[in-house]
Amino acid sequence: MGVATTEPTCLPLDVDRIRRDFPILSAQVHGHPLVYLDNAATSQKPSAVLDALYAYYTQSNSNINRGVHALGERATDAYAKARDVVQSFLNAQSVGEIVFTRGTTEAVNLVAQAYGGSHLKAGDRVLISQMEHHSNIVPWQMVCQQTGADLDVIPVSDDGELMMGRFESQLTDRTKIVAIAHISNAIGTVNPVSKIIQAAHANGAVVLMDAAQSASHMAIDVQSLDCDFLAFSGHKTYGPTGIGVLYGKAALLADMAPYQGGGAMIRSVDFDQTTYRDPPDRFEAGTPNIAGAVGLAAAIGYMNQVGLSRISAYEAGLLDYALQELESVGKVRLIGRASNRAASISFVIDGIHPHDIGTVLDDAGVAIRAGHHCAQPLMNRFGVPATARASIAMYNTKQEVDALVGAVQRAIEVFGI
Amino acid sequence: MTDLTELYQDIILDHSKQPRNFGELSAANRHANGYNPLCGDHIEVWAQIDDDLVGKVQFSGSACAICTASASMMTQAVQGKSNEAAGVLFEQMRQMLVGADEGDVGQSELGKLAALGGVRRYPMRVKCATLPWHTFKAAMEENNGQPVTTEQ
Repeated sequence: MGVATTEPTCLPLDVDRIRRDFPILSAQVHGHPLVYLDNAATSQKPSAVLDALYAYYTQSNSNINRGVHALGERATDAYAKARDVVQSFLNAQSVGEIVFTRGTTEAVNLVAQAYGGSHLKAGDRVLISQMEHHSNIVPWQMVCQQTGADLDVIPVSDDGELMMGRFESQLTDRTKIVAIAHISNAIGTVNPVSKIIQAAHANGAVVLMDAAQSASHMAIDVQSLDCDFLAFSGHKTYGPTGIGVLYGKAALLADMAPYQGGGAMIRSVDFDQTTYRDPPDRFEAGTPNIAGAVGLAAAIGYMNQVGLSRISAYEAGLLDYALQELESVGKVRLIGRASNRAASISFVIDGIHPHDIGTVLDDAGVAIRAGHHCAQPLMNRFGVPATARASIAMYNTKQEVDALVGAVQRAIEVFGI
Repeated sequence: MTDLTELYQDIILDHSKQPRNFGELSAANRHANGYNPLCGDHIEVWAQIDDDLVGKVQFSGSACAICTASASMMTQAVQGKSNEAAGVLFEQMRQMLVGADEGDVGQSELGKLAALGGVRRYPMRVKCATLPWHTFKAAMEENNGQPVTTEQ
């Protein structure tokens, strides 16, 4: 099992110790130590997660909720325990509020179809923002087309913050759903979600929070936030790919029709009438990603051991350092300067396309993302086709930020600008 | 020469910073769009083709250095060629960039275009270099429907 730090939370995070828990971080790329700064795309996995997957497949692998044999019981138990872990991670009121999905994308689609599909009608409005990831845009466009509802978009300021004054006027009694990112994947803005949720509720709208970018960076308490739905992905929170979570308030989930039909979600099937199980099973048709859930639980266990408040504090210091160092490179222009930000930094260098920046950085072992970050409307807002994005995780160091800045300087040299 | 300087050779940087034959060609009788949605490279190719001969060729758009340089060098290389010779050049470029055996194409046949051969070692970037060529081919074939893409 991976060894995480166990100091009380008042002590700072021991990054050297954490790095030893992530086997891939000792890899070499093009003859350089890997500097992995593409964590907003996916995070690396600690041994605790890899070991949990191995242990599951070597000791417990079976289908769940059906076989009467010992392995069936172990797998069923492991899957149920994973749901318990997620429940306490989000501080959900009951375990029935935790639905396992393939990831954030599937969770948003589930809510758009199973909630939006039956609650939206022509003339209703769904309110999203200009900084949403495509996965929190397209499912809403689709359900709006199906129901005749309209999509409203909260604009983003030059600094990359939501224009809250506009939000308040866009929130009308026709607004039924507000779907908003907790943290922008492209520019790292932390949105004032509590304020948004309160205002939406005052207008009778439900709120879905896209926590894909926040779940690994800050503690989330769905009860104190009072959000109605929340989605996040396992693979961005140090867990495996192909597993994610939808949290939904029990009363809302209970009132929703199934998303997909199949095994495991039914109570009884008859050609005349089929009845469905209660949530969360109603929304988990077919054999779920059992190993993924087990791996996600191990990832959450790892984050809990380190402590999310300690992770947040460490990353905030590193982010400040990275912003300051990147800005000190004269030709770098930051996209997004929100006062409250976390995790991701987008930048451009006039005269070098982000893909070329990405290639030069990769040559130095520095992995970043170059592109539109599945946020084309936000790129259009800032008048850029793409940006380079460095995104940090708890295992990143100041030395790695220095390697990033050194490689950025080399890109400027190579291109002679 | 490191891989990186083999990729970003002077001639490629030169064409990417000062692309030749850049801008819409009003006299064009052929036109196609090329778009790689995952990376965002977007170019348009305009060509004037008369009597089985490639006349003026221009391009516009927004793309990375590799794609821009490839497009710029392509416009110079195909102008004045017969349709057939342009088709042969397309195939030679394809062979150099993605062919099974990089020894198959004598680089001398390609002249300046051989500078783009360094892209071969960057599998993620090959699509950038091939996009203008596939877009030009679509324009030649008057395939003006969906934008051409070299992703997937």
